[in-house]
Parts: sequence; structure tokens; C-alpha cells
Amino acid sequence: MTKYGKNTVRETKVSRRDLLKGAALSAAAAALPAADAKASVWEAFFQRHFQELNAREMEKVISRLEMEYAEKYGKEIKISTTKPLPGVLFGYGLDISRCIGCRRCVYACVEENNQSRDPQIHWITVLRFKKGDKWVSDMESADKYYNPDKVPEPGYFYMPTQCQQCENPPCVKVCPTQATWSEDDGIVVVDYNWCIGCRYCMAACPYGARHFNWMKPGLPAEEINTKTHYLGNRPRYSGVVEKCTFCIQRTRNEKGPYPACVEICPVGARKFGNLLDPKSEIRYCIENKRIFRLKEDLNTHPKFFYFFAT
Amino acid sequence: MLDLIKHFFIALKQVFTGSRNYYIWIAFLGFWILLGLGTYMIQLKEGLIVTAMRDQVSWGFYLSNFTFLVGVAAAGVLLVIPAYIYNFKPIKEIVLFGEMLAITAISMCIMFIMADIGRPDRVWHLIPFIGTMNFPASLLAWDVLVLNGYLFLNLAVVLYVLYRIAHNKDYSMAVVRPLVIMSIPWAISIHTVTAFLYNGLPARPFWNASILAPRFLASAFAAGPAIMILLFQIIRKISPLEIDNKAINKIAELIAYALGFNLFLFGAEMFKEFYSGTVHMAPLQYMYFGLHGHNRLVPWMWMAFIFNLIAFALFLSTRARENPVTLNLACSLVIVGVYVEKGMGLVIPGFIPGALGEIYEYSPTNHELLIAIGIWALGALLYTLMLKFVIPVYTGELRFSDGMRVSAKVVSGQEEPALPEQGAGGMVPDQGS
Repeated sequence: MTKYGKNTVRETKVSRRDLLKGAALSAAAAALPAADAKASVWEAFFQRHFQELNAREMEKVISRLEMEYAEKYGKEIKISTTKPLPGVLFGYGLDISRCIGCRRCVYACVEENNQSRDPQIHWITVLRFKKGDKWVSDMESADKYYNPDKVPEPGYFYMPTQCQQCENPPCVKVCPTQATWSEDDGIVVVDYNWCIGCRYCMAACPYGARHFNWMKPGLPAEEINTKTHYLGNRPRYSGVVEKCTFCIQRTRNEKGPYPACVEICPVGARKFGNLLDPKSEIRYCIENKRIFRLKEDLNTHPKFFYFFAT
Repeated sequence: MLDLIKHFFIALKQVFTGSRNYYIWIAFLGFWILLGLGTYMIQLKEGLIVTAMRDQVSWGFYLSNFTFLVGVAAAGVLLVIPAYIYNFKPIKEIVLFGEMLAITAISMCIMFIMADIGRPDRVWHLIPFIGTMNFPASLLAWDVLVLNGYLFLNLAVVLYVLYRIAHNKDYSMAVVRPLVIMSIPWAISIHTVTAFLYNGLPARPFWNASILAPRFLASAFAAGPAIMILLFQIIRKISPLEIDNKAINKIAELIAYALGFNLFLFGAEMFKEFYSGTVHMAPLQYMYFGLHGHNRLVPWMWMAFIFNLIAFALFLSTRARENPVTLNLACSLVIVGVYVEKGMGLVIPGFIPGALGEIYEYSPTNHELLIAIGIWALGALLYTLMLKFVIPVYTGELRFSDGMRVSAKVVSGQEEPALPEQGAGGMVPDQGS
């Protein structure tokens, strides 16, 4: 857990909620002996915080959610709950001198992570700056809606942004229900079944990295990525917040693939790896390039490093 | 238990019988409440997409109203201070009405929050012990605690005092005094915590200024009591209740101090931002002069500033304060001024320019307006119903205990109701002196 210690949900609360849930569930069960779907509504309502679930409860929750998704999208969606790998702290590098502003990363992310297509939700925002304009500490001249025929455009450069996976995340600090927290591998995650949608985290995030489902996400069944993680890319609900998770469903593997944005980047501007592994690519970048992090004055300590390779 | 049920029906009957104007007023409020409720059902179904809020400006009109109303809840306490600390009799007699306003305002705050959150079905996640409240890290958790605490504190005082009066019994100052004294720091805390809720976000430089909490208090202590003054005059007009002019003048004087202080703090903020001229002045520039051609708030902000200025000039003059026309004008101006300044003028510029420099101009949709109007109507209904029951209890027309109960039908003015020595005018004879 992080040094701020606000992420751990105390065990003592479990018994009380167990009781409540138990009472409610048995009441529901008594009232609706055979109606699976309706019982599931109550189970969904009383579903507890992800970090409080024991193995057996977790199994029940996952199978219920998988059933709900199957009903909703008409296809089987697998939800994993893979835990952080020991000795791993993820870090990300972005080479500004290479980025050509093509936004392939934006759309690869949307496909991989089941973002809403209509309305569009993008976890990655690519900012375009005119060379010579103010940029790092004053982003008012940034343009995120640039739309030329061809990139890169002469006279401009690009800076993609996304969740910076802060070591000191202001979004986690402000969440009134602990629905978002830092995992041991440094990924800031959201429990989409616990978030109440107050959007305090969005006000607190200095990087515009959190996005809200202002309506039911428009996610066509045929475009769904069925390999999902509970804390990552499983389909979201209306009224909850979501954000980049470094493709938690892919990267929590010994030899796991890179995040989708890293994989798709045509110019190799994106780097990803284990900050605790001295031989990792990301460590090489930090030790050999001139790196900077966004809004360092806010002491958020991002694990997202910008650098210039050339 | 039987008694309680009986009392409930007495109260119910009292609340449901009234003059023709009373029914018209209730029907008027009912219309807007139903309209708001219907719109809220649409919002529940469609999602918050029916509002103009988006990722760039993720809080809007609902939170603006919430913030203003937290300020209104202070009105009660501004009455408590002169009444109990300085033992000012004329105000002591009307403290209860201030506390009822606080109850109303906090209830409306809770409704605005419920309108704002994306998953109202999950609000129980916030409840201590049942949910996983993020206390003490999240200021929103603090706000939930202090607002509800303030609500219960005021409810306790009002219910206890009314219960005793309605039974023709003395109420004990030993019970009431600690509660009302406690409500003073508590009222200040609800403002401070709500200010800190915004203040503690370094991502939003406009809110991240130390002047925010003092400005919250100053503007609250100006607008809240102004609402009280208007309400007192209405109550005085439509009911047999006597409210001393001295009380109203005293409150007006207090508004003058608060408003003056608010204007001073405003000046201090303007100086700091515009004289230093750093990038952090962008939100203020957006509010008062427009930013990169975006200027939707500009006319509103200047209007609020001019209103506050005129109101201050009026409140400063003793003659203007004592003249009902200028007094009511000044009160209306300061209410509108602070509503704009501390509502939309506080919430929206926090998001402009956005974290990534984007400017998204927000103005509420019809859905947001209708839901907000519905909540205001519901608040007005709540206060009306409370008054309908409390005023006759206060004047002695309505009693629960059989022997003493004078029919509620007594027409005011025609006959002095038999007031027991204790209950007259409500608040107790002073035991301290």
C-alpha cells in the first residue's frame, strides 16, 4: 500500500456489512426464490468494496458480473482479478521528440479498454503545441482538437497525456468512498461498482486524466474486448469515473505484453517497464535521458516520464 | 406512543388547513416540485448527459447551489451569536426561525448533492461503518459529517423547544444553551470545510488560494441573514407573530460588517492575481474580462460585483437600513450578488482553463434549471410547512396538552390567545441574569 495509508479498508467493517448484506440477501432470496435476475439486482446493490471481498465472495461477484455482461452484450466476457506481481512498480516513458501526433495510441486504447464509442471517451489526450509557444507550465495554447490531413505538421510538436499514475495521487486522497486507490504495482484503479460518481477526483486530477460516463456507455457488442480485468477494461456503467490503468489486464503477467498504446506506437515513442528492475527499458531511459514529469510543482510524483531521445 | 400519534395528527391537521392564499402558494410550489421531480427521473434514466457538465467542467449548477446554500445555513447562527453571547432580547425571540432556515438549507444541500452524483443508488457507500467513508483524507467525507451534524444539532434544538412549548412546559436552558452555543463553531465549520473541499485541490489554482475560506464565511454572513430579514418581514405580515424592528436592524448592521469584509477580501484577491499577473490569473480574467474570446460569465460577475457594492453602500447608512424599502432592496441585491459570486462564480472558473488548458464554456441546461428550481421549491415548501406548524405553537394558539389547547382556528388579532407566561414569544426568560 502507499505511504499515505488511506487505501486500506479496515477489516473490522467487514463483519457489519456481512450482516447487512446477509440480511438483505436472505430477505431478497425469501421474496424471490426462483428469480435469478432479480436476486442479482439485490446482490449488485449490496456488492461490497473490491478490497473487502474474500476469495469466495470474489468468485461469486465475478460470476454474477460475467452473467450480467453476457446478458447485456450477448457474449462471454472474462473478468480476471489478477493481483499485482511482487517486486513490480510500473513506469512509463514518452519520447516527445519522436511523437508524430497520429493518435493511433488513442484509438488502440479505446479498443483495448472498451471505452464508450458514443459518446467517445479517450483515456489518452494528445496535445498539439506550436513550436515556441508556452507549453509545460501553461497549457492554454494547447490544442487537443487538431485535425490535419497529415501528421506531423511542420511548426508543431505533440505531447500525449494520460493518467500519470502518481505516487502521491490527489484523486485517491479526495475520493469520499475509497472507490479509487493505488495498487502495489503503482497502478491507480477504480472499482466501478463502488464509485458513487461525485466526480471529486476529476476536480482533483491535475492532468485531466479521469473521465466520467455521462450516460450509458455506447459500446457495440461486436467491438468488445472480452479479455478484461475487474479493475481495468471491463465494460463500465453510466454515472461512474474511469481512467487509464496501464492496461492492467495485459501487463500483470510475467511476460505480459505491453500496454496497447506502447504496442501500437509506429515511431516507438512509448516505453514501459518495471521501475524496480535495473535492467528495464524504462530505467535505461531515466538514467540516460533528460526526463521531466508534468506539473512537478504539485508534488504528485508521476510515474510517467517525458524525455527527449534526440 | 399513542400521544405521539395523536400529536402527529394535530400537526398534520394544522399543516393541511389554511387560507385560500396558503393553498395557492402550496399548489404553486407543488407544480415546480413535480416538474423538478419529473426532470430528475429523466436525468436518472438518461444519465448526467442531460446536464451541460462534461469532463472539462465536471461540476456545475448543482454544486453552485449547494455551495450557496451551505452559506445560507449560517444565518441561524448569526442570530445565535447576538442572542446568547450578548444577550440581545429581540433577536433571542426569533432564533428558532433562523434554525429552521438552517434545517431547510441543509436539506436542500443534501438534495443538490443527490442531484449531482452519478450513482445516487450507491450513496450508502458514504455512510460511516456501513460504507467505506474515506475519513479523514477526503474533505467530502468531512463535509458529509459536519453538514449532517449541523442538521441534527438544529433539529434537536427546534424539536425540543417546540415539544416543550406545545405541552405548555418550560424548556430547560441547561439543555438548550449548550446546543446553541455548540452550533456557533459548528456553523463556522460547515463553511470552512466546504471551502476546504475546493481549497485543497492544487490542480485548480483558482480554488487553491488561502483567501477562499475567509471569503466563504464573509459572503455567507452577508447573504444568509439577508434572506432572514426578508423572511421575517413576510412572517410578520402573514402571521400574528411580532418581530421587533430592533432585531431586524441589528441583523442589517451585522450584514454591513460581513459585506464590507467580503468586498475587502475580494479586492485583496483581485490585487494579488492581477498585479502579479502570473498564469494563475486566467480564471479571474475569464470571469471579469473574458479569456481568448470566451466571456459567458463576464456580465454576471460584473452584475454581482455592482449589486454587492450598492448593497454595501445601503447597509452602511443607518437611515437606509431603517427604511423598509431600501433595506429590502439592499437585501435582495446582496442575495443575488452572493448567489452569483459564490455559486457559478466560484465553481465554474475553477475549471477554466481546464487541467490541460482547454476552455469549455458551461451554462446550465433546462434539465439542470428545472431540477434546481424543483429543489428550491421543495425547500420553500419545507420551510412553509414548518412555519405553518411552528407559528401557532409559538403564539400559543396551538397546544398539544388537552386542557390548554386553544383551537388553531382562532383568528389572529381578534383575540389575544391565552399565552402562558413561559411560552409567550417563544424563547425563555433569561435565567442567566
